Amino acid sequence: MLAYLVRRLIGGATVMVLVSIFVFGLFFVLPADPARLACGKSCTPELMAEIRHTLELDIPLPAQYFRFVKGIVSGRTYLAGSEAQLDCAAPCLGYSYQTDELVTNLLKDRAPATLSIAFGASILWLLIGLSSGIVSALRRATWIDKFSQGAALAGASLQIYFVGLVLQFILVDKLGWLSSPGYVSPNDYPMEWAQGMILPWLTLGFLLSAIYARLTRAGMIEVMSEDYIRTARAKGLPSRRVNFKHVMRAAITPIITVFGLDLGQLLGGAVITEYVFNIPGLGKLATEAVSNVDLPVIVGTVLVAAVFIVIANIVVDLVYMILDPKVRLA
Amino acid sequence: MSIYEKASGIPALKLIEAAPITGRSPAAIAWSHLKSDRTAWISSFFIFIFLFIGVIAPIFPRILHTTPDAFHPETLDAELGAMPIGSFGGISTQHWFGVEPRTGRDIFLRFVFGARTSLSIALIATVIATVIGVSIGLISGFFGGKVDQVLSRLMEIILAFPSILFALAITPVLESVLTRAGLPDGNGVRIPVMIFVISTFGWPYIARIVRGQVISLREREFIEAARALGASRWHLVFREILPNLWAPILVTVALNIPTFITTEAALTFLGAGVIEPTSDWGAMLLASVPFYRVDPMYTFIPGFALFILVLAFNLLGDSVRDALDPKSSR
Repeated sequence: MLAYLVRRLIGGATVMVLVSIFVFGLFFVLPADPARLACGKSCTPELMAEIRHTLELDIPLPAQYFRFVKGIVSGRTYLAGSEAQLDCAAPCLGYSYQTDELVTNLLKDRAPATLSIAFGASILWLLIGLSSGIVSALRRATWIDKFSQGAALAGASLQIYFVGLVLQFILVDKLGWLSSPGYVSPNDYPMEWAQGMILPWLTLGFLLSAIYARLTRAGMIEVMSEDYIRTARAKGLPSRRVNFKHVMRAAITPIITVFGLDLGQLLGGAVITEYVFNIPGLGKLATEAVSNVDLPVIVGTVLVAAVFIVIANIVVDLVYMILDPKVRLA
Repeated sequence: MSIYEKASGIPALKLIEAAPITGRSPAAIAWSHLKSDRTAWISSFFIFIFLFIGVIAPIFPRILHTTPDAFHPETLDAELGAMPIGSFGGISTQHWFGVEPRTGRDIFLRFVFGARTSLSIALIATVIATVIGVSIGLISGFFGGKVDQVLSRLMEIILAFPSILFALAITPVLESVLTRAGLPDGNGVRIPVMIFVISTFGWPYIARIVRGQVISLREREFIEAARALGASRWHLVFREILPNLWAPILVTVALNIPTFITTEAALTFLGAGVIEPTSDWGAMLLASVPFYRVDPMYTFIPGFALFILVLAFNLLGDSVRDALDPKSSR
């Protein structure tokens, strides 16, 4: 178990190193003039010269990459201007010239909003998805199965950027049932926080639950035809026990995989959701950075999102191992 | 009449005259399944309609005597902030789907030309991703060892990237690189970049499936037999293994197309895709956001069309999978 964990962590770290080289290469080597890109749209020659100096673009590339990584691990000091120095504590992901902020601080500011979306939405989509999938599988070919399958198919084919706008139009503007989506700190205003989050939660919850409903149903139906389930039923176990202890346990493993990966992806920034509902999370930060061509912020958001995905992968494998004895032995 | 028949009274010839049992190829079986599948027919019909209007799009400007880019200020109410005159976003005999707020451009024309852009980008990306995915999957699965390790790690890294975020981030960088290389500014660069990005993130999914299939086929007797007869590696991979893979490849492709269509729309919606004046569904949705409260029809048309198209592809994909997979049942 421990050996496996260590191996997975090393594997994850390797992937992260490769991702960072890739990102570094893409943003600092490929463009003719990275300083020009880091400088953004409203750039002055003075600022560009300063950036070239601070980013140390005149030193060899491997050394540049080394300082980039060193900044993440142990922090670095930027030579901002001629005398002023800028301390950037670890994990230092760079400095945004356009917003005049450290990228790490920007990310810290934006993370709670994304976390809030992911928190509520993931609970909702798991609840809806699993329950409708289970009911569907147990009441196969009844109206309730047909209805939930239809809803799941619709959910899987609908897009956040369309549903989000439609729901906002109906529930907020026409009926006035919900307040406009937005983000406030849950510590200061817990009620307002929940009110502002309901619409994003509902939208994401409904759309993503579709995949889970389909997966749960298909998985359970497949497991229910296995011999050991027939045996369990034949030896007279109550059907509730068979369904939840034997069937669910086997059917849940692929769902955990998908859930972990979805959550990992979402934590790195619910890009489209945040954009549609105008919520200042990591995804919104990324879209803003892209439209302003704020290179250091772009690099930071991509790296952080990749970290979440890599971690999610490792966690999924570990949970898998605990749940599935076949994997444990392999 | 034979002696046997006279004695028993059973017509013996009947047995021999019964329809000869002919072997049917898996393709024939799958096709007969698909032919009797009503869902497959209906969804194919819708897909065909969308493709058809995309192909014949250039006819419509002649019928309607206007172009998708022409402004029609006479259809707008100057006092209401240049909103379309008339109900449902200004739907009339001249403007079948109404007109765009602020500019008065014909939404029907933008819609049909948008179908053209969206579908061609998605389909080109599908072809590229499939070719790369199948080739890499074949090589990785067939050769195994070091080659497989390197390629699998590469897939792992690509899958670890937050795809939407990364696609957003890479667009301005690639744009600057390509423009410098002499490609025309604007959509001349953006469309190739989008195709590149979508196929780059799409192929690993196909490659993983193909690789898995190849690994199980590689050890089969017919491959061993071909090898014993002195067949070249090239022959083994492309003549012996590949023809056995068309079913999983077809299913993956069928389910990939809708994902690519929505990715294209999402990227454009987030501002990293097709830009004005080219028509595109994602671009229409993006343009409609400021007006969705006063002119919901403008949001609804491209959003709903996208839903129907993706739904049709999803249903067709399911049907194809059911037809090709003897185990699956609904």
